Amino acid sequence: MEIIMAILAGILFTTGIYNLLQKQLLRIVIGTGLISHGAHLFILTMGELKTGAPPILSEGVEKYTDPLPQALILTSIVISFGVTSLLLVLAYRTSKINGTDNMEQMRGTDYE
Amino acid sequence: MSNLTALPIILPLIAGIIMAFIHKKTTIVRRLSQVFTVFNLLVVGGIFLYVLQNGAIILETGDWAAPYGIILVGDLLSMTLVLTSNLVATACVFYAPKSLSKEQEAFYFYSFFFMLIAGVSGAFLTGDLFNLFVFFEVLLMASYGLIVLGNGKAQLRESIKYVLINLFSSMLFVTTIAFLYSVVGTVNMAQVAERVQEVEQQGILTTIAIMFFFVFATKAAVFPLYYWLPRPYISPNPVVSALFGALLTKVGIYSILRIFTLIFNQDVQLTHTLFIYLAALTMIFGVVGALSTNNIKLVVAYNIIPAVGFMLMGIGIFTEVSVSGTIYYLVHDMIIKGALFLLVGAVAYVAGTSDLRKMSGLIHHYPVLGWLFFIASLVLAGIPPFSGFIGKLLLLRGGLAEEEILIVIVGLVTSLLILFSMIRIFIRGFWGEKTEIPLPEREHKGKMMAWPIGLLLTFSVLLGVGAEWFYPSIESISKYLMDPQLYIDSVLKE
Repeated sequence: MEIIMAILAGILFTTGIYNLLQKQLLRIVIGTGLISHGAHLFILTMGELKTGAPPILSEGVEKYTDPLPQALILTSIVISFGVTSLLLVLAYRTSKINGTDNMEQMRGTDYE
Repeated sequence: MSNLTALPIILPLIAGIIMAFIHKKTTIVRRLSQVFTVFNLLVVGGIFLYVLQNGAIILETGDWAAPYGIILVGDLLSMTLVLTSNLVATACVFYAPKSLSKEQEAFYFYSFFFMLIAGVSGAFLTGDLFNLFVFFEVLLMASYGLIVLGNGKAQLRESIKYVLINLFSSMLFVTTIAFLYSVVGTVNMAQVAERVQEVEQQGILTTIAIMFFFVFATKAAVFPLYYWLPRPYISPNPVVSALFGALLTKVGIYSILRIFTLIFNQDVQLTHTLFIYLAALTMIFGVVGALSTNNIKLVVAYNIIPAVGFMLMGIGIFTEVSVSGTIYYLVHDMIIKGALFLLVGAVAYVAGTSDLRKMSGLIHHYPVLGWLFFIASLVLAGIPPFSGFIGKLLLLRGGLAEEEILIVIVGLVTSLLILFSMIRIFIRGFWGEKTEIPLPEREHKGKMMAWPIGLLLTFSVLLGVGAEWFYPSIESISKYLMDPQLYIDSVLKE
């Protein structure tokens, strides 16, 4: 199971980075979204995947899921949600004010 | 007493929230922010003195014992850096009203400013790798807010690059923490350090170490990863540039310093030797960038990069002397970079341009700014008796003791070129033909801008002239860092 999840995370990273290297601004934003999904899946996988066991440890319980990755992933999801929404607004404003959404045309010069 | 550690994070956070609610009443917000920043500086100074006398204070939040709960570690290194960043913040908050427009001030500048301070303090104080990531995000979120303030064409264009590179490196940071968690099963720095020591940092851990370095090197602008830095740093308002230049890259360097002295200190041959080479390349490329342009703001922004090289060099050489050099340089660089960005901001403001070829003879109209700029250049280049000299002396002495001759030569040549790049601005911008005063309506404000800069430079000069007072504590920090067992014992209480 971990292997499959790791491969899935890898695919998400690949597609994310492919999109990140595109010229169109919206594609870049989608790329960052895909990368963060990959990272989140990866955190979950790294804490070992188990079925049918709650993340609770008390006396007498032998089988339990590690609760820490779940806490980490939750924090990370919230953060990437915030950043992605900010990035969408920023990309919209940038393309509107600069009159283009092509990164090739957004290089800039020394004196402005 | 351990609750004191949380104050440098909580106080600015509260201030930021208050300022967000009353953001439209500019005059009140401005005064309140100034009072609050000074108050915060005094509180942090008090905690610093307490730590200096009694040793590190550790806060286990919610009373969860060390390896399980979230901990904040206020040791001398963290508190020194928090104090320095608050000093820079104080200068910036007094400079802000002169430099920002009314709209920018009303548009949550002070909220973002306080959030940034909270994030930076948190990153310095946390004793937990995942929380380091969280505080990085707090300070980055605030910096995203600050960098778009003003809404200019070039500014938006540069900020999108800034946001993207930081977002990418943050995602990599999370992934690296996941890797580390799967190997050592904890994110508490002290416990990670203990476990890495036990297994003697085998191959996989060295790989993780390099991944961590990659993440922090992106934030700190080390050689192959510095290309994103200069332009986004000059596009916002000078006050914002000063905060970024003084604080953000230094958080990256602090993280490298902490992680590679505390956790990944076993395979020094590989990791730390790599640092020395990268440090040399960082210095060369940074200073070449500074010489390549006539835009005075860009010259200062490029000068961040060789400074990062110097600090990395101290970590790479990895002896007590060189690490104390890095710490000294870190404190010095935070202050002087803040001062320099504020200075070029003021110069560009009174001259009406940041193009060096279009200005001359400014010293006739603005003598104070001129001489402050001259002193700042000397401080930056490391001319004795200023603070840059002490830091570089320690670094070079550490390098010579370990017979790393190449890096010492590169360091010396770089210092000379830094001096050249700064003095060029002084000679061409301040000396030269006396001309009509450009933009006379800006004269009063321009002169007022000198005050906060003077404050920062005074501290910078003090740090150099009074090196004998400061050096013993810097040396004790370095001793503390080189013996990771001290940190582990103080956190895990074994």
